Amino acid sequence: MQVVDLDRSTRRELNAELHALKKDTNETHWRVLNPGGQHALAVGLDAPITVEIAGHAGYYCAGMNRQATVVVEGNAGVGVGENMMSGKVHVRGDASQSAGATAHGGLLVIDGNASARCGISMKGVNIVVKGSVGPMSAFMAQAGALVVLGDAGDALGDSIYEARLYVRGAVKSLGADCIEKEMRDEHRAELRALLDQAGLNGECRVEEFRRYGSARTLYNFHVDNAAAY
Amino acid sequence: MDLTNIPRTMPRHSATFDPHTLSEIRRAAATGIYDIRGAGAKRALPHFDDLLFLGASISRYPLEGYREKCATDVWLGTRFAKKPIHLKIPVTIAGMSFGSLSAQAKEALGRGASIAGTSTTTGDGGMTAEERGHSQTLVYQYLPSRYGMNPADLLKADAIEVVIGQGAKPGGGGMLLGQKISDRVAAMRTLPKGIDQRSACRHPDWTGPDDLEIKIQELREITDYEKPIYVKVGATRPYYDVALAVKSGADVVVLDGMQGGTAATQDVFIEHVGIPILAAIRPAVQALQDLDMHRKVQLIVSGGIRSGADVAKALALGADAVAIGTAALVALGDNDPALEEEYQKLGTTAGAYDDWQDGRDPAGITTQDPVLAARLDPIAASRRLANYLSVLTLEAQTIARACGKSHLHNLEPEDLVALTIEAAAMARVPLAGTSWIPGADRF
Repeated sequence: MQVVDLDRSTRRELNAELHALKKDTNETHWRVLNPGGQHALAVGLDAPITVEIAGHAGYYCAGMNRQATVVVEGNAGVGVGENMMSGKVHVRGDASQSAGATAHGGLLVIDGNASARCGISMKGVNIVVKGSVGPMSAFMAQAGALVVLGDAGDALGDSIYEARLYVRGAVKSLGADCIEKEMRDEHRAELRALLDQAGLNGECRVEEFRRYGSARTLYNFHVDNAAAY
Repeated sequence: MDLTNIPRTMPRHSATFDPHTLSEIRRAAATGIYDIRGAGAKRALPHFDDLLFLGASISRYPLEGYREKCATDVWLGTRFAKKPIHLKIPVTIAGMSFGSLSAQAKEALGRGASIAGTSTTTGDGGMTAEERGHSQTLVYQYLPSRYGMNPADLLKADAIEVVIGQGAKPGGGGMLLGQKISDRVAAMRTLPKGIDQRSACRHPDWTGPDDLEIKIQELREITDYEKPIYVKVGATRPYYDVALAVKSGADVVVLDGMQGGTAATQDVFIEHVGIPILAAIRPAVQALQDLDMHRKVQLIVSGGIRSGADVAKALALGADAVAIGTAALVALGDNDPALEEEYQKLGTTAGAYDDWQDGRDPAGITTQDPVLAARLDPIAASRRLANYLSVLTLEAQTIARACGKSHLHNLEPEDLVALTIEAAAMARVPLAGTSWIPGADRF
């Protein structure tokens, strides 16, 4: 296991070392000590490695991730896993705003709560939040799935496109053009698989969730919808 | 008195309710929705035409037009980037998306810019392989929508432009109507085909200058500090926006005036939000000077650049380079009078065609229709663009030599006077024939 102590090394040195790894590297397990809430830790990775951050991370931890598994053992700041393409990002604590923003792929798991705008403009990522999510989550969400075991705040899924939202608890309100939708077999199968991937098999049943998605009424400009624009 | 032959006052249109205004009221009354169009502000605005150069005279001597060197190159991104950009000419191609433009038009922009030794820029919708392949120097825009944004393309770019706003619509997001959301455009943007796409107007994961600083740090970390990072703003509060961009760690600031074009925006937004580029340059340069960052953080200005005179005037006011969008499209073949018959069928006329949102461009530029797009020969169009860029440069050099400058960057406000009080106040140069700079004593 490779250990980088951020009390002795800089963030630049850490990221540069991680960027230098080849796809067939044998140095597949990294541990980052004393992260101290620094921003942009383990960003732009592109190798099948595991990076454990032993504490809290600041903004944009694991941003634009490809292939790698990044585990934040504390809380994560704004935009954790933003624009990730593949791989897995796992926050053991809570996540701040815009978790998984615009991410195209991979899996983001948050053990605690996520704040406002979780999954904003998500483009294919799957996000599983074991706690609750704040207001405006899945705003303009384009693709992928957001699973929330707790509650969702105001205006869930506002202006949503084709992303699928599964919420077990209460939804304070739905945003423009977001509606509750029928949970069909394909959705139950997808949800079951996501809960499996997040290691939640047995902790909750798919029957406890309700599904939300786009009513698709705002996809094209229409005079009668002017008030919603 | 002969009551049959009284002279009549001729019919008079109202200056306030002019025929264009009346037609817009009728259109609004019939449809119930605002007008969406392309291009930039069309109203008359204080512009570079209101400035003149003072050529060399007894106190200053000129350079020989065809013999003495007048350099035109520019470095961009020298503040922090390990790999700054070096361009042969200070005229770049502004960001325009694949989606708003056809693949042929994007290819022509890349080829033409590469021939001329300058950069081109992606747009809201990601980077196409063709565009990367044909552009020697390519700036990758980082927009609120993040359509098509991915680290692989980020690493292929020569610079990154964080777009906060554009001159045609400061405070507004992108728009691409369903007619132009073809299969390929939809796939690149992860959107259903044929929808009216409305991009976000704010970035999804940062708010304000303190966050922007952290976002720029992240982009530098991801790209190992190699690439210049530009910050683009629409001209509104240029002094503060430029100061905040510098504070946030930008290498280059791009400032776009309200004459800058758009692919699709509400007409009311284009014509009534933002300020002309003439009014924006001096406050922007002032901010750089106050921070001791002029020429260290480079300033690119855009919005209504048409000629080498405009280029020279923008540089004299303190810009390091300019960007062109609308003029580049015209050089490719947009609004060509040879297509007048087809413009007439669309209810318009060559020179006024601005329904770029409709995707029915007879010139094959602002369209995703494969038949129309095939009309544009990217090779021939790129040659026209390269010729035009060459003329802009030669014209700017002509003026600079007349002012005795061995580099375009040696042009300065002292070389200029203004024809109108407005232009004198905005450009902070004297009204011609006077020493009066309106407002100078209170700035």
